[in-house]
Amino acid sequence: MTTSVVPETTGTEAPAAASAAAAAAAAAAAAAAAAPATAAPVAGAKPGAGGALLSERLIADSEPGGRWVGLRATARTLAVKPGFVLAVLFIAFVVVSAFAPGLFTSRDPYSTAPAERMDSPSLNHLFGTDELGRDLWTRMLYGSQLTIKAALIALGIAIVIGLALGVLSGLSGGFFDALLMRIVDVQLAIPVLLLSLAIVTALGFGTVPVAIAVGVGIMPAFARTTRAEVLRVKTLPFVEASRAGGASWPRVLLTHVLPNSCGPVAVLAVLDTGVAILYIASLSFLGFGAAPPQAEWGTLISAGRNYLVTAPWVSLLPGLFVAAVVLSLNHISKTIQERER
Amino acid sequence: MTQDALASAAVAGPAGSAAPAGGSAVPGSSVLGGSAEPGSAVPAGPLVTVTDLEVGYVRRRRTVPAVRGVSLTIARGETVALVGESGSGKSTIANTLIGLLPDNARVTGGTVTFDLGGGSGDGGGGNSGRDSGDGDGDGGGARRVEVVGARERVLRGLRGRVVSLVPQDPMVGLNPTRRIGAQVAESIRLRGVNGDQVRAEVLEFLTQAGIDDPELRARQYPHELSGGLRQRVLIAIALAGRPQMIIADEPTSALDVTVQRRILDHLEGLVRESGISLLIITHDLAVAADRSDRVLVLQDGSIVEQGVPGRILVNPEQEYTRRLIAAAPGLAHGGRIVPRLVLRPDEVTTPDPVILLENLTKRYPLPGRQSGSFLALDDVSLQVARGRTHALVGESGSGKTTALRLALGLEKATSGRVLLDGVDITDQGWRQTRPLRRKVQLVHQNPFASLDPRFSIGRSIIEPLASFGIGDRRSRRARAVELLDQVALPASYLDRLPAELSGGQRQRVAIARSLALEPEVVLLDEPVSALDVSVQEQILALLRDLQERLGLSYLFISHDLSIVAQISHTVTVLNRGKVAESGAVAEVFGSPRSEYTRELIEAIPGQRSAALSAGAGVPVHA
Amino acid sequence: MTRYILGRFAQALGVLWAAYTVTFAVLYLLPSDPIALQLGAAGIETDKLTPAELHTAKARFGLDRPILEQYFSDLWGFLRGDLGESIAKQQSVASLIGDRLAPTLSLSLAAAVVALLAGTALAYLASYVRWRPARLVLTRLPSFGASFPQFFIALVLIQFLSFNLGLLPATGIRGWKSLVMPTITISILVASQLAAVLMRSFDDTLSQPYIVTARAKGLSRAAVQWHHGLRNALLPATTILGVLVGLTVTSSIIAETVFSRNGIGKLAQEAVLAQDVPVVLAIVTLAAAIFVVVNLVVDLLYPLLDPRIVQGQRKEVTI
Repeated sequence: MTTSVVPETTGTEAPAAASAAAAAAAAAAAAAAAAPATAAPVAGAKPGAGGALLSERLIADSEPGGRWVGLRATARTLAVKPGFVLAVLFIAFVVVSAFAPGLFTSRDPYSTAPAERMDSPSLNHLFGTDELGRDLWTRMLYGSQLTIKAALIALGIAIVIGLALGVLSGLSGGFFDALLMRIVDVQLAIPVLLLSLAIVTALGFGTVPVAIAVGVGIMPAFARTTRAEVLRVKTLPFVEASRAGGASWPRVLLTHVLPNSCGPVAVLAVLDTGVAILYIASLSFLGFGAAPPQAEWGTLISAGRNYLVTAPWVSLLPGLFVAAVVLSLNHISKTIQERER
Repeated sequence: MTQDALASAAVAGPAGSAAPAGGSAVPGSSVLGGSAEPGSAVPAGPLVTVTDLEVGYVRRRRTVPAVRGVSLTIARGETVALVGESGSGKSTIANTLIGLLPDNARVTGGTVTFDLGGGSGDGGGGNSGRDSGDGDGDGGGARRVEVVGARERVLRGLRGRVVSLVPQDPMVGLNPTRRIGAQVAESIRLRGVNGDQVRAEVLEFLTQAGIDDPELRARQYPHELSGGLRQRVLIAIALAGRPQMIIADEPTSALDVTVQRRILDHLEGLVRESGISLLIITHDLAVAADRSDRVLVLQDGSIVEQGVPGRILVNPEQEYTRRLIAAAPGLAHGGRIVPRLVLRPDEVTTPDPVILLENLTKRYPLPGRQSGSFLALDDVSLQVARGRTHALVGESGSGKTTALRLALGLEKATSGRVLLDGVDITDQGWRQTRPLRRKVQLVHQNPFASLDPRFSIGRSIIEPLASFGIGDRRSRRARAVELLDQVALPASYLDRLPAELSGGQRQRVAIARSLALEPEVVLLDEPVSALDVSVQEQILALLRDLQERLGLSYLFISHDLSIVAQISHTVTVLNRGKVAESGAVAEVFGSPRSEYTRELIEAIPGQRSAALSAGAGVPVHA
Repeated sequence: MTRYILGRFAQALGVLWAAYTVTFAVLYLLPSDPIALQLGAAGIETDKLTPAELHTAKARFGLDRPILEQYFSDLWGFLRGDLGESIAKQQSVASLIGDRLAPTLSLSLAAAVVALLAGTALAYLASYVRWRPARLVLTRLPSFGASFPQFFIALVLIQFLSFNLGLLPATGIRGWKSLVMPTITISILVASQLAAVLMRSFDDTLSQPYIVTARAKGLSRAAVQWHHGLRNALLPATTILGVLVGLTVTSSIIAETVFSRNGIGKLAQEAVLAQDVPVVLAIVTLAAAIFVVVNLVVDLLYPLLDPRIVQGQRKEVTI
């Protein structure tokens, strides 16, 4: 189907037949490569003003420089972005609560209290109570345990397999690359949710099967992104310079290709954590998650929908919570992406 | 809309009517202002007056100045060149004039006024009702438009019909999914022309821009045209608005020199004929001197010197200008290429070259097609003598980079042999040639991409040592300091990241890295073409110095004959994968035997002005 | 050209076959007992059967054959349009799907159209608007829209439009009104995905040098974006059309479950719940077929949209 047909330009002068588009792409790549150097005032002033990226004076010789200064500057700019800080704090809270829910609640997620059925949200019950009088806030936190773990399993599967396939494919090229990309294409033809459903059908229900199903479902994106990055980085002049300097491929891979490819993959990983959470929630909403009385986020929302008329919070508050988690992850990913550019 | 206001302004400004050759008696062409002879109603004042212009770019909530208090004027029909290196603000000034500054740019002071002339109240009257306050308060007859702070619709009215632009890179300057004719027609329709008349004018402007078979071209898409033709289409588009001024942005940087020369000649003829003002933005003083009536030299956002080319070249007031002249060989040596290094004819070939390419041929399969191939190199032989520099010259697509990659063993030749230090590496794998690799190193064209952005400078420099397992941590670091010193950078740069260095500094680092293994040969792939001229000169001096001190041999790839003349002993001229000519630099450039070499030499800018000022005692700086 | 078209057809069939095979492998080869699973779906508890009874039960559903034989006979069946028999419902899968096709088709179509229009319009507007606050809001919308679980959106819609305001029926498939909320549910996600891709594409396109050329002619920003930006920005996004349509179709699983619409999505949910393997296999293959067809159409039409491309070479975009 729609495989990338970017010809593997060998970095030679473009053969006469090579399209102008390829030339433009190369120029864009060069510009992108030079982008980190935009400490000069005229950055982005004019497209095509290739030479105008840098003036011949940047920082005085006496000024400190180097990695740590750069990192500190990055941290400083990120620290003043309130949205970003808020998102990071919220995600940190959710992750901590997933591993130690007891820190944020003293109640038992399964203890029922018939007297307090369907209480609306209050200071006592932050998210209210459900039809059995169980505290929903507590159930949400214990639900994090299942959902976040499932998301991490899914992400682990996707990253490990996707990264391996992408690197192999991008480095080897030729037949192997074509074969791998065909496989990924086929995966693309089956929508993630359906593929997950098929896997869940075969593996049975529960948190772990759902996690595996989602992990396999979102894996192709990692394989493709990694491959594209490896293909991009491996033709950059500094990789060639390293090769010309006598470095072996494994060395080039470890020191140049992987570190320089990891940016977009990391952005995708953060983004896809959110996606995985949504799929996991959807699958448990459809009834394929953990068995009761355990409840993932999706199950909680699903359980509350019978009481929408009388007690809408039972369903809607957990839903908002999930949305907040995913939104935070999206925001973090987007902020990192903008920094990367 | 303001469009009519400006259309009337265009009527009023007779000098703006780029009357097509032959006058083409078309009924709807009232815009031509048939009565207006150039000069008859032309107001005395200049077309554009820039006063104390200050422009800055907002970065991280700070405004970094790019243009600092520039004042200039451009008269009607005058050709002015703005010369400056990157970051000098020349493009910013051009963008301000046409009102296309990027979003993060701020005009912090000064004025830019267009005097559209044309008294008789019709321009001013039609306008005063609408745009009052936008800078036309001059009353009287002349209509003046202030650009700074003007609303978008005022600027829009200026663009195309008063000022138009020939952008820098023709390969990407045209919309790839629209036909040429439609893209030219847009400019024409904006003047209010309709119906069949548009089509006629499209063909007319394409013809004016020097395009054969305009009927065919108008139906084609940009990708079907060569770079030169696209450049001409862009000129046609610029002309189609019948502007009073055209801005040509870096007209010599994107295409091959021979093509560009013809196009510039054509553009020059067009503007002279029709009385359009031309503003040339360039980094190349030679181009500026050749093509303009007046040269303005910019440095760091200020005009440091201006005057007629003759005066500037003969008697530059500023040290900076003098450096620019020295860096433009066409100017410095009276339009001739004077090689720095001269060899006797019997010295040209050596029995023991360090690199020997024998009858190399390289074919690439054509992308996107099953059959057919592209012959990148066709039976090319050359040698690099020890301790000398051999240059490989050619335009883009001539195969010079392919030759370099074959010499380096990064690619396999289709046929022919590559000998390094007398050893045939043609059919050897990476492992076998690895020991040889220490003897041959590479410096890339683009210093912005040849250093890993995540590696500190020190780590980049010693990477080859690490690859070969030479030395330990401390000895490597000591070597890195030594290498930095060799390329005249302080040791404090060891821990910096490439992003913190300028282009010239990065290229020094790349050179230092190539020297880490104490190679015998360094392959230099256009090592200075991405740098400003004044920096180019420094890097070339460094390379010469290193050659003398370390006895290095260079294989130097370049498209620029004047640079080659400054560093090479011998040269091979490549044309479409074939050797056009080969020999000592003095011989090849002094008395070229092939037509192609002659063409290349003639295309070097600066010869015209050099001839002008010849004998006037041009100071030559080495 | 004919060769190109034939090649595309062959490729499409290849992908479809591979998708079928992958799904078959997932369903039959994963470490579980497909026989027990399916017999369980039919209400037969395998451990309580004598070997003879078990054999009869297996034979009843054709599960006693070697896996390869089963694969080829099932594949042959698919090629002839025989999608097998549902184990849980004891009914031909083809007729099950046929009965439920209409509501899903109308829903998917409506959602796809709404999502395409809304997504494109949002991206177009976000790239056009200069006023920073508005621009910020518009560019953040896609990531916002993609953050809400679809079932949550559906529940909120029901809560407000049905229960609070009583405007629309909460469930069912009667009339156009029943289509409104499911369509919104699905198209918010799909439009968000499309808009995110298109916004990047517009950013790229509008920073191209030819845009400067166009503006230097004196065209207004609106005209430049319409005449020079739109088409060039839409072109790369055509590669994700297949994925988006796939997303639309699968989103109907959630929408139909929440809104109790008796369509294929609901059928899929029920089939997975009952672990009804033949039905799942058929539905997954159907979805793959839709993806393949959409991509085939895009591939065949693409040369008409982009003059530069003669034979299906185009840039790839991911969501």
